[in-house]
Amino acid sequence: MTPVFLSAVVEVVVNFIRRILLIVLFGFYIPISHAALTIEITEGVESAVPVAVVPFASQGTPVNISDVVNADLGRSGYFKMMDEQGMPGSPSTAAEVNFQDWQGLGQNYLVIGQVAEAGGGQYNVQFQLLDVYKGGQLLGYRMTSSAADLRRAAHHISDLIFEKLTGKKGVFSGRIAYITTDNQGNKQQLHQLQVADADGFNPQTVASSVEPLMSPSWSPDGKKIAYVSFERKSSAIYVQTLATGERVRVAEFPGINGAPAWSPDGSRLALTLSKDGSPDIYILNLATRSLTKLTKSFAIDTEPVWSPDGRNIVFTSDRGGNPQLYSVPSQGGQEKRLTFTGDYNAGASFSPDGKSIAMVHGNGNDYRIAVMELGTRTVNVLTGGRSDESPSFAPNGTMILYALKKGRTGYLSAVSLDGRMQQKLVFKSGEVREPAWSP
Amino acid sequence: MKLNKTLLVLAISIFFLWACSDTEEKDTGLTDGSQNEVSGISDASTSGLNKGSGLYGSEMGGPGMHGVSGGGDYASTLGPEFNDPYSPLSKRTIYFMLDSSEVMPDFIPVIKAHAQYLIANPGQRITLEGNADERGSREYNIALGEQRAKSVASMMKVQGVSESQLDIVSYGEEKPVAFGSDEAAWEQNRRVELVYQPR
Repeated sequence: MTPVFLSAVVEVVVNFIRRILLIVLFGFYIPISHAALTIEITEGVESAVPVAVVPFASQGTPVNISDVVNADLGRSGYFKMMDEQGMPGSPSTAAEVNFQDWQGLGQNYLVIGQVAEAGGGQYNVQFQLLDVYKGGQLLGYRMTSSAADLRRAAHHISDLIFEKLTGKKGVFSGRIAYITTDNQGNKQQLHQLQVADADGFNPQTVASSVEPLMSPSWSPDGKKIAYVSFERKSSAIYVQTLATGERVRVAEFPGINGAPAWSPDGSRLALTLSKDGSPDIYILNLATRSLTKLTKSFAIDTEPVWSPDGRNIVFTSDRGGNPQLYSVPSQGGQEKRLTFTGDYNAGASFSPDGKSIAMVHGNGNDYRIAVMELGTRTVNVLTGGRSDESPSFAPNGTMILYALKKGRTGYLSAVSLDGRMQQKLVFKSGEVREPAWSP
Repeated sequence: MKLNKTLLVLAISIFFLWACSDTEEKDTGLTDGSQNEVSGISDASTSGLNKGSGLYGSEMGGPGMHGVSGGGDYASTLGPEFNDPYSPLSKRTIYFMLDSSEVMPDFIPVIKAHAQYLIANPGQRITLEGNADERGSREYNIALGEQRAKSVASMMKVQGVSESQLDIVSYGEEKPVAFGSDEAAWEQNRRVELVYQPR
């Protein structure tokens, strides 16, 4: 390989990484900065690792970066965050840290940093992750951010720290889509499709209607959302570009137009149509608009999801008498039943590694979130509600976001794969449901 | 494979060097990036919101106001029998058992009475709105609601109602009439509503 070629390759790789960092850090600017929901940890992990995030040295920045990082890491359930009151001082450089003090307080890791105005509305943010026992630096970064992007910068710092300490990708920079319903009086309800940061800040309304909105599904590049809207009195599927608000109606056949799911390469949507009688799974090619019928049973076939490699589609069918999950090659082929435990298994969500499926698992009167390992068909029930639904895997596979109901109020909750960590996401008003974690 | 790994290691090291460096170029890059995105998103939220309120506006002024409460009250203007509690025409909701779309015997006379009315009034159209209780997954409940509406429709067609008089829509669990997480609420929500359309 010639040096010229090598340097060209390196340049391409560097530009690519640079672009990724730009997207990660500044992919979205959203002016409003209040939380629509608050997140509380209802069950933590006993083995959580003690970490102290020392308040960053700063001069009145619009966002308290260290607070955001502290909340992100604490919310993950992997770490036990140290209370600010108990800290032996507020070092902002490694030279100021007396590691023995922090060892004495049982802390394993220390996060310190500084935020300083750089002029022109820009801020320099700098942080270090220190190993208290080894007395050295594990991570150190300096970045520049506009005032409006400081929360993004903070979430990115959380991602870097999380990945360094757990070996798993952080999901703090991600976003969630969900549906809310508010009573408007006179029996009128306002349904909204919203997108918020993973910590509930910066909620943005993508669509609103007095008729139901359903089934948000992210495009694999995170730029578009497909959803179902009843705004024209019957169901139709729309694809909306988040950055511009532009949207296209891609399906409005007689009967059900439901359950859109993007193929991993972003070129196709799997969806449910009942135009020929009973609901069946179809594949819609978004570029050519050609429609291929994938299942042809006389029973209900719905809720298609793609395996991460794009080869298979898992869907819900009641062809065996009650709803169970089935699998079919996405090119068409033999359909086979996947679930045999419990009398109701529906609404599948694939884990990012393709090895497990989360689903709504009903037994008697309880509908809970369960995970089935595809290799062994082992089913683990993760939640304890009576009406839990809409599981959605986090892109790093560590958590499942789902919806639960208590009386008239719908909440979102996140549960770790072993079921030991639970977070409740509490909205200030109305009902919230159908969460979908961005890719 | 080996080349990929080398490149990856190389890329990671460069990334670290570059991310930790503090060059003029980097700052400009980031600023440009963020400013571009700023204008992109501002447009987005405005146009997104405008679209939303557009929908909302059209719903408010649009023709099918009946759908708001699901039940609609156009039928009550059709004649006294639609308001007389002793007439089956006053009953315009058919209820179902859990996870079932089979019409229970109690409701057969109600469906027959509406079918007779529709046969006698061929210009009258009706929408059968299928619904489900909150349990289970939402899109499955849309399918279940449609099956319930189709059960009622096929019973009406057997009586002689023309297909062109019947519309079907399923709202699944999206339009509950009873709120609460107990059987009392659930059984009211597992239903098909017979909504007479203004002529």
